[in-house]
Order: sequence, then C-alpha cells, then structure tokens
Amino acid sequence: MLKRIKGRIISKGIGEGDAVVTSQPLSFLGGVDPKRGVIIDLKHELYGVSIVGSVLAFPQGKGSTVGSYVMYQLKRNGKAPAAIVNASSETIIAVGAIISNIPLIDRLDVDPIDAIKPGSHVLVNCVDGFIEVET
Amino acid sequence: MHLNRNDEDILAGELGAVKQKAMEILVALGDIYGAERLVPIESAQIAGVSYKTIGDAGLEYLTDLTGSVTVPTMLNPMGMDRYKWRQMGIDELFVEKQLAIIRKYEMLGIDAQCTCTPYYVNAPRKGSHLSWSESSAVSYANSVLGARTNREGGPSALAAALVGKTPEYGYHLDKNRVPDITIKTDFPLQGADFGALGYVVGKIVHSRVPQFSFVTQPNDDELKALGAGMAATGAVALYYSERRAKPSETLELSRSDLDIYSSSEPDAVVLGCPHCSRSELTEIARLLDGHTVKRPLWICTSRFVADRCRSLITRIEETGANVICDTCMIVSPAFEKRRLMVNSGKALEYGPSLCNSHTVMGTTADCINIACNA
Repeated sequence: MLKRIKGRIISKGIGEGDAVVTSQPLSFLGGVDPKRGVIIDLKHELYGVSIVGSVLAFPQGKGSTVGSYVMYQLKRNGKAPAAIVNASSETIIAVGAIISNIPLIDRLDVDPIDAIKPGSHVLVNCVDGFIEVET
Repeated sequence: MHLNRNDEDILAGELGAVKQKAMEILVALGDIYGAERLVPIESAQIAGVSYKTIGDAGLEYLTDLTGSVTVPTMLNPMGMDRYKWRQMGIDELFVEKQLAIIRKYEMLGIDAQCTCTPYYVNAPRKGSHLSWSESSAVSYANSVLGARTNREGGPSALAAALVGKTPEYGYHLDKNRVPDITIKTDFPLQGADFGALGYVVGKIVHSRVPQFSFVTQPNDDELKALGAGMAATGAVALYYSERRAKPSETLELSRSDLDIYSSSEPDAVVLGCPHCSRSELTEIARLLDGHTVKRPLWICTSRFVADRCRSLITRIEETGANVICDTCMIVSPAFEKRRLMVNSGKALEYGPSLCNSHTVMGTTADCINIACNA
C-alpha cells in the first residue's frame, strides 16, 4: 500500500529512492564525504552509511553554511541523495538543495522520521508537494 | 510571501538561470522564516572567501556561477595577504586556489576588498537594509550604525547580492530589535576589556538582544570588540550600548567575571581581530615606539585602511612587526597549530576551535609587551 503525505516544497523537482532516516541533525561540512557520498561524522548514528541516490530524511541541518557548497559538490560528483525530507528546513539545507537541484520537502503532515521506514522506497514530489511511502 | 512583478519575472527565469536560482533561495528562506516580502538592500558582504574555509566545494560552486551582483558587495578576509603570502609561509597550491576564488568573485562584479570591517570602507546608512554575513560586522552594522541585517551565511548573502533584495524577517523588523536583557557593569572598562566582556556575555545570552549599562560609554573600537566577542561565543547580532527599554531580566557582572586574561609563552602575537581601525593602529604604533619586536607580531587590517595609514604602518614595521592585509588569524592557515596571544575575545574563541591553536588573551599593551620581551 502506498500512502501520500503532504508537505511544503522548498526545492523543486521529483526524486525517488530507498530511505536513509535519522532523528539526528546533519552537518554536510565535515559530516559527509563529497567524493563518496558517505557519512563520515564519527559521532553520527549514520556513520559509514551511503546517502548516494537515497531519499535522505533528517530533522534539519546544522554546522557551517559551507555545508550548502558540499551538497553542490556531492551533486557534481554524482553522489547526492535523490531527494531530501526535513522535519523543518533551515538555511544550510534549503540553500544547498536549491543550488544543487535536489528536491527538498519539509513540514509534512506527520513526522517524517516516524513515517518513513529506513530502507523502504520513497517518492518525493516537489512539484505538487507530497511524498509517497510504503505502508 | 508577496512578490512583485519584477520578483516574479526573476523567479520565472526571465533574467537568466543564475538570478532565478538566487531568487528561489530568497523565496525559500522567506517562507521558512515567515517573511511577508522582499526588501531592497543597500549592500552585501559575503563570508566564505578563504580557501581554508570553503575548500574545493566552494570553489567548484563559484566556478560554475555566472552573472553579476546588483548592489555594492564586499568580501570577508581570505586566507593570505595577497602580496605577503610568502612571508606568511603559505604554500603555492593554497595560493593558486585562493587566487582562483578571488578571481571568480571579481568576475561576479564583487569588490574584492577582503575585510571583516567593510564599514570602514563604506559605512551603511542608518535604517538601511543589508545582507551581511561576517558576524562581527553584522553586529556593528546593527548596533553601532543602526542599519539592519540578519546573520547571513555566505551562500544566502551571495543570493541577496545577485538579486539586490533580502527576505524581510528577523532583525529587519522593529519587533525583533527590542532589548530583552540588561547587562550591568559597575566598574570601569577599557580597550580589550570590552572584547573580554563580549566573550563572557555571548556565552550567557546566546542569540538574545542585550542592552548594557556602563560606567563610561565605550568608543567605536571598543564597541567593535564587544560585538565581535558576543557574536563569536553567542549568536548576538544586535545589542545596545545604553539602556533603551525595561527588560524584566538584569544581570550584574563583577570584575572577576571578566577575569579571562592570561599570559603564556606564545610563539606568535596577533592583533587585529576584527581588522584594525586607524585609531587602533595609532595605539599600536605608540606602544611599539622605541621597542624592537623579539617574537613574531602580526597585525591584521584592511587594505583600505592600510593604504590610508602608510606612515603609521612604516613606524610599526620598523620595530620588526608585520602588518598584513586581506586576511586574518582565523581564516588563514598561517596561524594553525600554534601558541597564540591575542587582544580579542573573538580570536580567543576561534583560535582553539578553528585554528587548533592554544590561545590566550591580554590587553593590547600586554600583547605588545610579550612580543617585545621574549
């Protein structure tokens, strides 16, 4: 069964992939290797996990605003996530997603960290403003 | 958010893909932070200039960017003095990447004055809206000059520079510019003491709007040091140096609360965080007169101020000290993994965290004394 959840479009586009989910905020600068698309923050619960082609769900960004440029670098290297879902976006992730053409949605009707099962297939539609998850 | 016809055209891509992306950023930020409209800005100031800070990620982004800024725009310090980099021990690969970053910014029509004190070059008018990203300059613009800017990141300030507007939220609005805590000091403060006060108060008030009650009113250099300290240890973007309102909370500090000065055996003494004004250079020259520097002493200022203070700089450098421009101790690789002595609350905070350097703070006179008596 597919379930549709509405949200707010921050960066336009459509992307789909397998979900990588965390309840911890994420810093792209120093937290993600732009060459491999792997989380390298030793203190993060997703340490060692690849985000390449995924639908990456996390509450919000943190750290340096240079993180926006790291997202751009990931995209250029073909290692970016297919789409991002935030609980509530802030400047770093919003700017990074827009300049990198990564679809980004936030403020879903339900908490995305609960609604999205890790590893499940997710569609993020940032043209009409919803995500589709398996239930 | 309400967009006018012109904003809508930019968003639709009628002025090209770069401005379209920039407008998408401004609209997204406006939506996230609840702005009702965009306001025109008088100028922009962009952080994320040193190759040490933005690395290949930033360089790649800038390399792909085309177009031109639409308002006067300046840059934060880069990783080296553009002429004295050899003397600073900067390696050639870094120099090459750094100059590539500067060239890219210049191609966007940006004035490559690299300084954390852009207000010495071109002071914003009272009440004007800005999009500045250097945190100490944001504090100075809001608190000393009465302009209005949020603490922007480099990428969002660049987007604002390209469009010439910023979303109206945060410190652009009167309702967010009201002091909400009073900080009282009943003892005299002078010079670097204000940087120490900023260092201490920033940790306490985080991102609130403090108002101060002083025994004597600080001068502009002291206000600069105070704001820089609070912006580094906290996220203070606006403060008042005299009482304005009646916040319910008052915090009284004693002299011992500010007891953060110490001395050690530094391998370099660095002054000019934020970049020195003419009056600070005058004070340093006076303190150095008749002495010879025995420990490396670096003094950071903007090229704009340096060009107008040639005789002062000659006097300073005759003692063996080095005046460097375009750069600073925080964003240059030259000051990493060292033992530093500074006269700045901001540098005391960032020396360890961003330069991995053991850092101690003293007054300007203490610093010069240590530099001249190895």
